[in-house]
Amino acid sequence: MHFVEFVKASVRLWLSGGRYYWAWMAFLLVLIASGALAYAGQLSEGLVVTSMRDQISWGFYIGNFTFLVGVAAAAVMLVVPAYVYDWEPIKEVAILGELLAISAIVMCFLFVTVDIGRPDRVHHLFPVVGSLNLPSSLLGWDVVVLNLYFFLNLGIVTYMLYATFLTGHYNKSLVIPLVLLSIPAAVSIHTVTAFLYNGLAARPFWNASILAPRFLASAFCSGPAVLLILFQILRRTNGLKIRDEALSKIAELMAYAMFINLFLLGAEMFKEYYSNTEHIVFTKVLFSSFHGKTDVHYFMWPALVCSVGAFLLFLIPATRRNVYTMNAGCLMIYFGVYVEKGMGLLIPGQTPDTLGEIFRYAPSLAELRVSAGVFSVGFLLFTLMVKAAIPISLGTVRAAAAPPGH
Amino acid sequence: MKKRPTTNDSRLTTHDSGPGTQDSGPEPSAPALDRRGFIRLASAAAASLAIPALSACDERARAQFLRRHFHELSPEEVKGLVKRLEADAKERFGRDCTIETKPAVQDASFGYALDISRCIGCRRCVHACVKENNETRDPEIQWIKVLEFHKDHGIDFPEANPYYCGPNDEDQNAPKTEYKAPENPLSPLNKKQKAILENQDIQYPLYQKADGGGSNQCAVPRQGRFYVPISCQQCRNPPCVKVCPVKATWKEPDGIVVVDYDWCIGCRYCMAACPYGARHFNWGEPQVAPGDINPKMHYLGNRPRRKGVVEKCTFCIQRSRNGQYPVCVEVCPVGARKFGDLEDPESEIRYILEHKRVLILKNELNTRPRFFYFYSV
Repeated sequence: MHFVEFVKASVRLWLSGGRYYWAWMAFLLVLIASGALAYAGQLSEGLVVTSMRDQISWGFYIGNFTFLVGVAAAAVMLVVPAYVYDWEPIKEVAILGELLAISAIVMCFLFVTVDIGRPDRVHHLFPVVGSLNLPSSLLGWDVVVLNLYFFLNLGIVTYMLYATFLTGHYNKSLVIPLVLLSIPAAVSIHTVTAFLYNGLAARPFWNASILAPRFLASAFCSGPAVLLILFQILRRTNGLKIRDEALSKIAELMAYAMFINLFLLGAEMFKEYYSNTEHIVFTKVLFSSFHGKTDVHYFMWPALVCSVGAFLLFLIPATRRNVYTMNAGCLMIYFGVYVEKGMGLLIPGQTPDTLGEIFRYAPSLAELRVSAGVFSVGFLLFTLMVKAAIPISLGTVRAAAAPPGH
Repeated sequence: MKKRPTTNDSRLTTHDSGPGTQDSGPEPSAPALDRRGFIRLASAAAASLAIPALSACDERARAQFLRRHFHELSPEEVKGLVKRLEADAKERFGRDCTIETKPAVQDASFGYALDISRCIGCRRCVHACVKENNETRDPEIQWIKVLEFHKDHGIDFPEANPYYCGPNDEDQNAPKTEYKAPENPLSPLNKKQKAILENQDIQYPLYQKADGGGSNQCAVPRQGRFYVPISCQQCRNPPCVKVCPVKATWKEPDGIVVVDYDWCIGCRYCMAACPYGARHFNWGEPQVAPGDINPKMHYLGNRPRRKGVVEKCTFCIQRSRNGQYPVCVEVCPVGARKFGDLEDPESEIRYILEHKRVLILKNELNTRPRFFYFYSV
């Protein structure tokens, strides 16, 4: 079977690597082991090992989930110009965007799994054997669109790599429609995830119609920020040819997305502070120490400074072409959006709770360890996929029986 | 490598010969598989894979894993399920418990009314509810939360004090007030209630263990304050039911919103959706001492829970479906709590709705509660 050969070739690629590669893998495996141990404790004790309680019943896990849905959705950021506008410099890296999307979705699935109280009943979400509550539950819809997006990307990437491995090329008339389908699918995963919060009238901070557009805008910043840094690493380590032009083009697109993100945030701030209704308490929790009982502003202010700073760096052509300022901008965006979509969304959304109580939440050590483990699983998966995908897509690793050249 | 079918095997030349086909061809005597047969075979194969994987667990856990949604169970399957759960409870608490599945009474439609002018904030309802409904004691889950408000602010949630009289109460020294129960022509106070009220200085261990423990004594009601107990509002338009991804919670025909603790996956989306903080999660394994168990249980109500699932008030479904008042109604020393059938024109609840001005919490959210608050004076 050729597929066995394909798998064997991938395994051979995984096992060949330099000192840094193995150090990286060892680092990830240690974090995964630590996370697995912490999760075993959580399974036996219950979610009581987290800092979550009835007042704040979604915390760090769901915050990370929300952020990573955005990262996954951002693959579309690269796919749109690559395929729709046939813009060559980005095309060669779009496949990496899809691999990142796959890894991010796997992390999303894992974060939801570690968050639920009864992972042994996860099959209740499956069709036929379970009872998925469609069309009424947005979480039900999220299960559908995340799976659709996952299998779509997995299918596209597997086919492209396998076909390239066998014959040196892939059938574009098969791939392009699927890639085009993945664009609305990417928009849908982040829109549905935003609606998941947006639909809750009990939580005024989330029940704002600007939420879904803000989710999309911030995702279009954070996803490419991760990719820009990865591309530079891969250029060094895997000999992947990515032109500077492609990088600065992506940075430019990010500047526009960040502008929209900041504008929408500003629109929300204006509404809250000018109308000054009782709903302003949530925004106060976000930006100040509310009655001395909340801490999220310690992260939110630096995050806001980072977002604005990165916007300026990416707006000015000289600083987005300079590799140092561009990387600084990426890290700033990553931090800014991570806070905004993580704790900056979850904590003010639930503080004060529906009956006015202020509960101080900060993730417990168990939550941090489990989360680090989940991130490590995602990075490990991404590393392995990239390790195999790049030589195969470049044509340096081919099936024995495949015709030579293109 | 792709092998060619051998020419002496006539069966294989008649259909497409993909790689490996010759090895898995049907026996000559085997009847052709139709679609139905194939599905049966496939599901048997899947079961044969799944069952050994589960054989490590005991038989009850296996039955639990393979069960269907409550609404898809036949009466026999429900009986089997209840038997299993009763055996579980016996094993866990060493006591015989009965778990009934009594359905809603035809045309019944429950409603609840709470008299804010009478409530003194003694939290007797909170503790009676915990006992009646087998809520975990450590950390204690309380389905009823009593909020203390300032009289000059009205019901203003950000100003609410849920921990009044507790060790962390910032209002520890608030003076108590003289309390005179308003006369209620409908249900005059009984002797016991009168005795409590004549004692005026109502002392009660009020505090919830969840916030540091202790059994602080504190006199209620306090001057300038009033009390609003909040539990599930049994919405006609419940946001929690709408958002549940697996239909583990639903509205019964008599209006009670229930949870199937054996179907809930513990995602807590319902808790995010509930505007009244009425849903509670078992963060750890529920702890109830065998001697404290109320053995009279309902499947959709006070049967024992396990960790990782959500629970809530059910109007004491094990009582209300048998013609009894919820325990909070019975235990209230000032008669502030009223319960009845909204379909019965002679009921007390109907009298209140017709003769008092009621208010509902968070009216603007269109949840349409069955739980009404009113002021008798």
